[in-house]
Amino acid sequence: MTDLTALTLAEARDALKAKSFTAVELTDAYLAAMERARVLNAYVTETPEKARDMARASDARLAAGKAGPLEGLPLGIKDLYATEGVHTQACSHILDGFKPTYESTVSANLWADGAVMLGKLNMDEFAMGSSNETSHYGSVVNPWRRNGSDVNLVPGGSSGGSAAAVAARLCLGATATDTGGSIRQPAAFTGTTGIKPTYGRCSRWGLVAFASSLDQAGPIARDVRDAAILLKSMASVDPKDTTSVDLPVPDYEAAVGKSVKGFRIGIPKEYRLDGMPAEMDALWKKGIEILRDAGAEIVDISLPHTKYALPAYYIVAPAEASSNLARYDGVRYGLRVPGSDIVDMYENTRAAGFGAEVKRRILIGTYVLSAGYYDAYYLRAQKVRTLIKRDFETVYAAGVDAILTPATPSAAFGIGEKADADPVEMYLNDVFTVTVNMAGLPGLAVPAGLNAEGLPLGLQLIGRPFDEETLFTLGAAIERAVGTFAPTQWW
Amino acid sequence: MSVDTATVRRVARLARIKVTDDEAARMTNELNSILGFVEQLNEVDVAGVEPMTSVVSVKMRRRQDVVTDGENAEAVTVNAPVSEDHFFLVPKVVE
Amino acid sequence: MNMAVRTPDPKKLIKGATGDWEVIIGLEVHAQVTSNAKLFSGASAVFGAEPNMHVSLVDAAMPGMLPVINEECVAQAIRTGLGLKAAINLYSVFDRKNYFYPDLPQGYQISQYKQPIVGEGKVLLDMPEGVVEIGIERLHLEQDAGKSIHDQHPTMSFVDLNRSGVALMEIVSKPDLRSSEEVKAYLAKLRTILRYLGTCDGNMEEGSMRADINVSVRKPGEPLGTRCEIKNVNSMRFAAQAVEFEARRQIGILEDGGKIDQETRLYDPGKGETRSMRSKEEAHDYRYFPDPDLLPLELDPAWVESLKAHLPELPDEKKARFVADYGITPYDAMVLTLERASADYYEQVAKNRDGKAVANFMLNELFGRLNKDGKGIEASPVSPDQLGAIVDLIGDGTISGKIAKDLFEIVYTEGGDPKNLVEERGLKQVTDTGAIERAVDEVIAANPDKAEQAKAKPTLSGWFVGQVMKATGGKANPQAVNDLVKRKLGIE
Repeated sequence: MTDLTALTLAEARDALKAKSFTAVELTDAYLAAMERARVLNAYVTETPEKARDMARASDARLAAGKAGPLEGLPLGIKDLYATEGVHTQACSHILDGFKPTYESTVSANLWADGAVMLGKLNMDEFAMGSSNETSHYGSVVNPWRRNGSDVNLVPGGSSGGSAAAVAARLCLGATATDTGGSIRQPAAFTGTTGIKPTYGRCSRWGLVAFASSLDQAGPIARDVRDAAILLKSMASVDPKDTTSVDLPVPDYEAAVGKSVKGFRIGIPKEYRLDGMPAEMDALWKKGIEILRDAGAEIVDISLPHTKYALPAYYIVAPAEASSNLARYDGVRYGLRVPGSDIVDMYENTRAAGFGAEVKRRILIGTYVLSAGYYDAYYLRAQKVRTLIKRDFETVYAAGVDAILTPATPSAAFGIGEKADADPVEMYLNDVFTVTVNMAGLPGLAVPAGLNAEGLPLGLQLIGRPFDEETLFTLGAAIERAVGTFAPTQWW
Repeated sequence: MSVDTATVRRVARLARIKVTDDEAARMTNELNSILGFVEQLNEVDVAGVEPMTSVVSVKMRRRQDVVTDGENAEAVTVNAPVSEDHFFLVPKVVE
Repeated sequence: MNMAVRTPDPKKLIKGATGDWEVIIGLEVHAQVTSNAKLFSGASAVFGAEPNMHVSLVDAAMPGMLPVINEECVAQAIRTGLGLKAAINLYSVFDRKNYFYPDLPQGYQISQYKQPIVGEGKVLLDMPEGVVEIGIERLHLEQDAGKSIHDQHPTMSFVDLNRSGVALMEIVSKPDLRSSEEVKAYLAKLRTILRYLGTCDGNMEEGSMRADINVSVRKPGEPLGTRCEIKNVNSMRFAAQAVEFEARRQIGILEDGGKIDQETRLYDPGKGETRSMRSKEEAHDYRYFPDPDLLPLELDPAWVESLKAHLPELPDEKKARFVADYGITPYDAMVLTLERASADYYEQVAKNRDGKAVANFMLNELFGRLNKDGKGIEASPVSPDQLGAIVDLIGDGTISGKIAKDLFEIVYTEGGDPKNLVEERGLKQVTDTGAIERAVDEVIAANPDKAEQAKAKPTLSGWFVGQVMKATGGKANPQAVNDLVKRKLGIE
């Protein structure tokens, strides 16, 4: 039998239906792969018993002809998702030992469709980071290495565990979340496909909150079709999330393979940054050519407030985070470090429980909301956000169907390489992705090639609100032209 | 705008995070770097612009006035570091 | 009318050593919304349960939990706003008020800061000197906090989140009040309005209504003084006492040349004084911002209209109507309309009867008797029909007013049909003038001295009336007795 982990999610799905192998066999193949790949540190918790139980139940349903859309397909779950009775810590020390008594809506949707849980995936603490180096459980190692190098690279973040696990074939697909680029940037760094759906498309209920107005769940997958299949199951209207939107979930997979003829693709001039590596510029041009050759119309557009998205984000996201993370106080769950009185207990607990990046963002957020600074920072940032959204509305109103940009300013960098850098330098990783969150739009990262060093590079497609289908159609067209990418196994 | 170490300490106190002198000094630099970065927002003309209240323009969904939850003190307190008889216990609070 | 233009009433000024002082008072009342479930979760809002039983994972602020607003709580806030004759804001916003406290699980309270659901309104107070209008600044919805219990353990506090997330309305008055009497009247009137509307049970013992009272003093005509806030007062009497104490305390300080520190104080009912709350180590900085888990609250004007159309008649309107329809005094009408249940009771009895007679009987007999037993009108053993029957029996002369009291007591304690009771127990008024005349003659004959005196001192006739009534077991028609006594004694 060939290595079962080589199959895509769609292929495995079809093979299970054809009874080529069982869900238990497939699950065992993944559990074995995970064991061999522990050096990558992609999983923070493996749940083999649960996985086999779920796989057995899937086999029974497959045998009974009652298979769900994801029946028997093993997935990894980002540690930000509440999973009932299973380690859920957002990779933070402050949630030490927390095992929820509830299941997030998105993961519950996956299990209801028959998927199998392999374990919880590493991530930046509370999803704050772009390299997965802020995790309490240590860095994730990117399965990709530069040609001829054994330097460990970051997988991107915050969904670094998700991206690495998918790239290294440690799951068929993974859940992830994206607040400023946390799906698309690691997808680009690992040659995988990731989509941040429109804000409101997936329920946030049961996702440990980072920045409520920006957080959105989405999948990281091996190819565009797999991402489409996963998003179909993840998305739902949830009465428990007031911001989830009451729109039917389309059959995203049907959008894969459709013609791109007649689509108008906007190319925003503001994304052409000074000092952007030539390889990135070349990749972008290649993407434009592919879509033009496939019949799309390419138009130059302007999104004038693009450069303000990142600074506005670094006000809005920390402000919301400073409030969302106030509940970690050592009273009801997680870590408690004793103190001489209640305030001392709070201060000790939060000092010991949060890592440096999380503290930094809480302090920034607390500062920008504090008396006398609210208008200058938070209110102004939310106004700028209105302008950013208006930029997109203007080009969409002018007939643009989607926007093509690079996904990241560079390829993956080395672990520890930016340890001493200014925090802002790390934040610049999200310069292309963060606008999408600020405007609540859908964004897809799709690999478009390898750089001279053999590292994957990704392009980003930005769509109209709730038009994820167009992104899958366009992403699939790029994928058809360039193929998919997998790292050489070295671990 | 920039912050001094005293401000960082005050903010850390508001956020209930204990900081050492070293941390306060380091964070002062980091915060100033971030505040310097966001300074460019002052270039934007925001006159007459409404602040964003939500990215999706939908009406807020509401729940009916029906009791559908609770009655499970065990689930509420099972993860608590210190609890007794389904109460959470904290160091004594003086009012 | 507001604080800037309300002319100082000399009767309300407090005399100090250096002259008269005016007290300026504003109230923030927290009223618990009557609802089944909490403001943002499906847990029960009912008072009294085992620890943490009325708590959902949302109320306990578990990671990833999200608030979803309870529509009925919104409706209740709108009804209250309408009842306060206030502007309803069709667009309002929920904000987070951030601070750390063990009974505040989220680390923030969801409240409304800059854009509340209800704007300016008013409350009318019936004061002895006339009607006083108190302006309402705003009303907003917010979450209640949980409860910390400090006396269970030497070093630990116990936290119960049953109250966490229960819907509160914060009703903020303008600084329009000028005396402790007005504070008491305001709280009573607010309570009456809320109870009429069914939006808050007004139960102060269970904490359903609590007041924060802002007090400052000034010499009439001078600018506003520095105010102190007395937190969490949970009875009308304490509120009045706290204001009295606090005003005199401030006057004392100012007259001694001191100055008032703006601070939060607590009222200690045992000592009858206010004291400074343990001074906070730092000023609060609540870092309000719109709650990103919630969208703005947008109200459909048609919904507000339909809530308005279904509002019950409110105490002020009811009072005016009682005065007009039943010819009773404004004071009686005010007392009868304090509780919707008594007003309803009154109307049931007063319909097609002499409204004044019914009001008198209710206020003098029924309310007095219920008060003695500590009962509310809902628990009255005498039904409106029974009370009506008694009033009818007085009206048609079947029984005397005095006998009516006895009959009422029988109906109250034993029950039964008043009409039948009168028959069975022989309570009928004697109107037979022959029988009354005989009784009068007997009494005069037995007291010749007094009869002689009475000729010179006509007021003594009352004594004879009393004796005759006694002799007839109270059943004689008092008017007839009176006339006969006077005639026989030769007075007039």
